[in-house]
Amino acid sequence: MSHESLIKEFQSVVGTDNVLTSETDRHTYSYDAAVLDSVLPAMVVRPTKSEELGKVVKLCNDNGLPLTVRGAGTNLSGGTIPHPGGVVVLTNGLNKILEVNEQDLYAVVEPGVVTAKFAAHVASKGLFYPPDPGSQTVSTLGGNVAENAGGLRGLKYGVTKDYVMGVDFWDVNGELIKSGSRTVKCVTGYNLAGLMVASEGTLGVFDKIILKLIPPVKAAKSMMAVFPSMLAASETVAAIIANKIVPATLELMDNFTIRTVENFRKAGLPTDAAALLLIEVDGHPAQVEEDAAQVEAICKQNKASSVKVANDAAERDAVWQARRDALPALAKLKPTCVLEDATVPRSKIPAMIEVIEEVSKKFDLTIGTFGHAGDGNLHPTILTDKRDAKEWERVEKAIDMIFERALALGGTLSGEHGIGLAKSKYLINETSAGTLAYAKRMKSVLDPKGILNPGKMAG
Amino acid sequence: MPDIHELARMLKELDDQLVNCMRCGMCQAVCPVFAQTGNEADVTRGKLALLDALASEMVKDPDSVNDKLNKCLLCGTCQANCPSGVSVMEIFLKGRAILTGYLGLPPIKKAIFKGMLQNPKLFNLLTDMGSKFQGLFTKSANEMLGSSCTRFDFAGLGGRHFKGLAGTPLHKTIPSLDTPAGASGKRVAIFVGCAIDKIFPTVGEAMIKVLKHHGVGIYMPAGQSCCGIPVLSSGDVATFSTLVRQNLKLFEKGEFDYIVTACASCTSTLHELWPDMISDDSLKPRLKKLAEKTMDINQFLVDVIGVQPLEAAARSKKVTYHDPCHLRNSLKITAQPRTMIKASGNAFVEMNNAASCCGCGGSFNLVHYDVSKKIGAEKAANIINSGADIASTACPACMLQITDMLSQANARMEVKHPIELYADTLA
Repeated sequence: MSHESLIKEFQSVVGTDNVLTSETDRHTYSYDAAVLDSVLPAMVVRPTKSEELGKVVKLCNDNGLPLTVRGAGTNLSGGTIPHPGGVVVLTNGLNKILEVNEQDLYAVVEPGVVTAKFAAHVASKGLFYPPDPGSQTVSTLGGNVAENAGGLRGLKYGVTKDYVMGVDFWDVNGELIKSGSRTVKCVTGYNLAGLMVASEGTLGVFDKIILKLIPPVKAAKSMMAVFPSMLAASETVAAIIANKIVPATLELMDNFTIRTVENFRKAGLPTDAAALLLIEVDGHPAQVEEDAAQVEAICKQNKASSVKVANDAAERDAVWQARRDALPALAKLKPTCVLEDATVPRSKIPAMIEVIEEVSKKFDLTIGTFGHAGDGNLHPTILTDKRDAKEWERVEKAIDMIFERALALGGTLSGEHGIGLAKSKYLINETSAGTLAYAKRMKSVLDPKGILNPGKMAG
Repeated sequence: MPDIHELARMLKELDDQLVNCMRCGMCQAVCPVFAQTGNEADVTRGKLALLDALASEMVKDPDSVNDKLNKCLLCGTCQANCPSGVSVMEIFLKGRAILTGYLGLPPIKKAIFKGMLQNPKLFNLLTDMGSKFQGLFTKSANEMLGSSCTRFDFAGLGGRHFKGLAGTPLHKTIPSLDTPAGASGKRVAIFVGCAIDKIFPTVGEAMIKVLKHHGVGIYMPAGQSCCGIPVLSSGDVATFSTLVRQNLKLFEKGEFDYIVTACASCTSTLHELWPDMISDDSLKPRLKKLAEKTMDINQFLVDVIGVQPLEAAARSKKVTYHDPCHLRNSLKITAQPRTMIKASGNAFVEMNNAASCCGCGGSFNLVHYDVSKKIGAEKAANIINSGADIASTACPACMLQITDMLSQANARMEVKHPIELYADTLA
């Protein structure tokens, strides 16, 4: 079929206004939040009804057109960068919350619902959806499931996969595949919903998602602990867990990040501190008091020079403002900001911190480190200027080394950002040739023409 | 038209600022235009990517990029919320200037900017005539709001319920003022602004009444020019420079402690754009001096004069307040206008999303009325749902848009500037 008749076909499915073909429009869907080159798609299509989405998928498959689904395009590993000449399928026309069931504690949503809007909506019904990725004010639930997005609450509440009860998706032939259920227990057939989680748009196109909801917490308490060394901070993390306390959030900031944030906000952070831990415990009010007192004592036993417990909402907000400021403050220092998410078992945090320091020295790069210490998911953030070709070469080598060492420590390539284009070449280092071959065999059967987000993950 | 490589070279000047956008996409959460269209080219990240692509000649369609760039309210909400602190407004205004320099101004804008705005006397004469004849073509739409619609079906007006030109503009009733400081010991210059002079002279009169009441001396010279924001946002840097020079000459003649305006857009233009966007570097220090003295009228009355909120009187009306983007995002002024409303003895009620843009955006409203109307309708719904009797806002452009939107929603309420509400309580 000629390009013009293809465009007409797509227009007849989704309407003329929902097919974007100008060079200018297409260029604005050629990138995402990853530091990677843009790739121009042939067209951009926005279905606004479930059946339209199914027809679009089939049309792409019938014509062998590469298809990349895009929510808010906030992906940090290039998962939403299209394939040359491919079709970008937008989900922001499919953004309805179809059901919130207060008796059975689940919700059914279309893939384009924005995470924070969904969380606010269920909160207004007295329920709680915990996953809170950094991009939650714009990211979509479809994208969160496709990437298995994490966030600050991962330690106690888990990540997106822990809330996916079912996914209905379109296969490449335009058949609607049903998986999972609205029940707590379900062992009917393969766990296809589980297969869809973190599949990065390579196995099916999500139509509806069933998400688990939980009752909200009754009380929470936050604190900020100052440490003279990274080691002391990491040992504190281990000690808190060893004492059978699981904080909702347990975040770490290194000295460089502390100084940058202080310079940015002037909120009175201790700029001479080697590390800060930002901790929140939540639960029943009585338990929160007890846990908070115990965490405070553990911090002090582990050489914390000071522990400031937030006594009211304003103080609590000040603690988390510091964490929220970490990325913006670092990002302002240099034009390009490479945010990595290699993750290690939490006991290996001190070793990983040493690795990052070594990398920074070896390649003469500025790296600020903050992140989810409780999950072993650090965000070493390399500050650079991608226009500086020589420095950029060193950045690439530094990333190689971070991954190599994280894997050697028993860690993983990506805690929450996904593999996408950026990390697909490292996949074999963590898995095996057999594992990749297995994944490719599966993909070749489910998507024989290889139209679903080609080039991502295993290729 | 110079060749496209030359355009790319000119846009490269923006490279150091463009590169700061890390494409995180967080602007999607706050952009009022994107909320309506869902198109990436309508949100800041997309526009910055397009300028970058044009500069690197990855995209070679300057007309189309220019259209996308102009589909923006310049509300600055993205900049106020940008994690990497990209200077969005500066990039957009410079980008518009470069593209306009390359593509040329559309003839109608050229006629208005060069022919009329640069010549304050002619501008006044034409609008004075317009105010006399507008009744021939328009009829009242909503008495309470003072809005009109067309008598005949003009496609170009898109069913607007507009606020007509005032019968007598401010420059006719009070051509100029030069009074010494009174009890307050302060003297201010008044920068009137086109919309207040020609459409809302009552706001200007209220401002003068209040300043006199508080013993503030006034320097209000005749022959003031437009602040330049309409021409600058259309990329016409030359006319902007002419207007700034004319105003600078006029205001440097007076002695005053502050220069006040009752227009959010004029305030932010004097405060930020005069010194930042003027091409002649030698004028910068002088414009900076003026900028430092520039204040929103509410800010002056609360922060300098010390106007205090009152307990709401028993028979007071309920007033809600819309935050003009140019006060909130550029100048971070949100508390003082609310204090002025409370000082008027009326009951203040907060609406939902008071901080979201009303959708006016100056010429955005003219070119993209469909989107402007959708954004404005949400604002009108929030105003109506607040249960207020009066909608207040500290910017005449927002007053115009809100009047149109409330009138189309058949709301029975007035739209007033906080300074009008406060002035009403003074003898």
